[in-house]
Amino acid sequence: MTTDVLGTTTATGPAARRTADEGPRLRAEGVTIGYSEHPVSKGLTVEIPDDSFTVIVGPNACGKSTLLRALSRLLKPSDGQVVLDGEAITSYKAKEVARRLGLLPQTSIAPDGITVADLVARGRYPHQKLLRQWSVEDEAAVVRALEATQVTALSSRLVDELSGGQRQRVWVSMVLAQETPLLLLDEPTTFLDIAHQIELLELFGDLNRRGHTLVAVLHDLNHACRYATHLIAMKDGAVVAQGRPEEIITAELVEEVFGLRCMIIEDPVSKTPLVIPLGRPHTAEEPEA
Amino acid sequence: MSTGRATWTLRLARGRFSGRVDLRTLVVLAALGVLALGVGLVALGVGDYQVSVPDVLQALFGETTTVVRMVVVDWRLPRVLLALLLGAALGASGAIFQSMTRNPLGSPDIIGFNTGAYTGALVVILLLGGSYYDIAAGAMVGGLVTAGLVYALAYRGGAQGFRLIIVGIAISAVLASVNTWLIIKADLEKAMSAAAWGAGSLNGLSWTQVAPVTIILVVLLPALVVLSRRMGILEMGDDAAQALGVRTEPTRLAMLVVGVALTALVTAAAGPIAFISLAAPQLARRLTRSPSVAMLPSAVLGALLLVVSDLAAQRAFAPTQLPVGVVTVSVGGCYLVWLLAREARRQ
Repeated sequence: MTTDVLGTTTATGPAARRTADEGPRLRAEGVTIGYSEHPVSKGLTVEIPDDSFTVIVGPNACGKSTLLRALSRLLKPSDGQVVLDGEAITSYKAKEVARRLGLLPQTSIAPDGITVADLVARGRYPHQKLLRQWSVEDEAAVVRALEATQVTALSSRLVDELSGGQRQRVWVSMVLAQETPLLLLDEPTTFLDIAHQIELLELFGDLNRRGHTLVAVLHDLNHACRYATHLIAMKDGAVVAQGRPEEIITAELVEEVFGLRCMIIEDPVSKTPLVIPLGRPHTAEEPEA
Repeated sequence: MSTGRATWTLRLARGRFSGRVDLRTLVVLAALGVLALGVGLVALGVGDYQVSVPDVLQALFGETTTVVRMVVVDWRLPRVLLALLLGAALGASGAIFQSMTRNPLGSPDIIGFNTGAYTGALVVILLLGGSYYDIAAGAMVGGLVTAGLVYALAYRGGAQGFRLIIVGIAISAVLASVNTWLIIKADLEKAMSAAAWGAGSLNGLSWTQVAPVTIILVVLLPALVVLSRRMGILEMGDDAAQALGVRTEPTRLAMLVVGVALTALVTAAAGPIAFISLAAPQLARRLTRSPSVAMLPSAVLGALLLVVSDLAAQRAFAPTQLPVGVVTVSVGGCYLVWLLAREARRQ
């Protein structure tokens, strides 16, 4: 197993694919998911392209977080299955899934009085055994994860004392220490200010370029367009469109999915689609959409 | 990499076995352990028949007179051993529940498992009539049934911490009145023995009780070792724990069963002894300065607290012997007031 500075694991090792399955490593096949007898999604099929930075967007309660929870085995579909590396995700042991697929949940609790380094070290749990609790690889992985998220300098600080942006980077660091080829991120930028949002998204972009497959739920459509290599737009529990942002984002799609009238221009910096909401006209003349 | 804490890494057999210990925790554990054993040695010597510490050591490990041997080994040693073992069980049980509820108030004596075990014992003493072992079994069953009830009532797509505490306090209140009613209905002689048992005491415990307690603790030990690691992961929230490969609900259920078994074991052997479970994990946490409560330090501190309390119970008003439960309740009561005041101010 070889590992670079960002903790990207390639080829062999426990994270290697189980079978020579042709499809993508992670996909949902006809899943029906929901929290009660009223399913959020029915018979939903979604593929996460390998090596992509996939972003799921959609209005509130469209089922995007639910889908992410199902993909990470936090929710069990009542019908259909989630397939990880060619086999039903439920057929794996819990720790085995955790060695292939990492998740940054919406809410996590840092135990009182835990230091940054100790919290990040907990990301190594799926790799540890009762008699093998702190191997050389564990230590190296934690060092790499701290470096990749630029929190090495904070490693002896208490997590409670950090700012929101720093704390979120520490949680990302913990997930990175898990060294999984697949990373699922549930609204990772919510509650952060704009600078910290961009900083975090840049980090995700770097991780993606280093070989991680990322799936994130994001609220900000423009962030999604700029950073995603694959966009999945959802509404009412179903996928409305998917593909590269520049291929699928149109004013019609945004209106269909979000019920928002807008115009699309090219982001002058990243050359990706930029969504400008129209709202009530704020200028004297309404621009031609 | 600086972790902010001094640690010691151990790797053996070319890294096939490895572990990391926190030095402060190690020092605290050693100090508490030595202290507990030291108090134990003193406790072996004091009483109506005084034996000096060197003579106690002589009696334990060498040759001595029949009288000294009888007093130290046959009479006092089982009591001291049980104080250490049961104290450790209470401390570990407290750590399990406080970790599970992520709340320093989430201890088995607050959420009713003690009271439930006492109800079980009372039913045997007053209604069925039975030997020591029948009473112990009754306490065990009472504790487990209470836990099952609290878990079932608090369950809503997974048993969450705070609901468990609220439901537990309610069930505890109901059971306390049931206990009072049972005692009032009973005839005087039985009621008095029930009340004495209910105070929680190590008086009159002998080698007969050491064996079953030790066996049950040894059986529970592997589960404790496994749970002590998962506990810390579960504290990070269900989603994070599952993402790290911990199956949350089975783990929580296992914690509940093991935690209740520990409390019920103590109640079965010595009656309900309150506040050790409540205080030991938090005090241990402050001493080790560890994040959240930890199993081993809580157990060692629990052992120390109970052996000290029992010594105080025997000597405070000598020759009158108090039940140890009275000491733990009065000392623990002060601690609870302080804890509640502190928690209230934090809100």
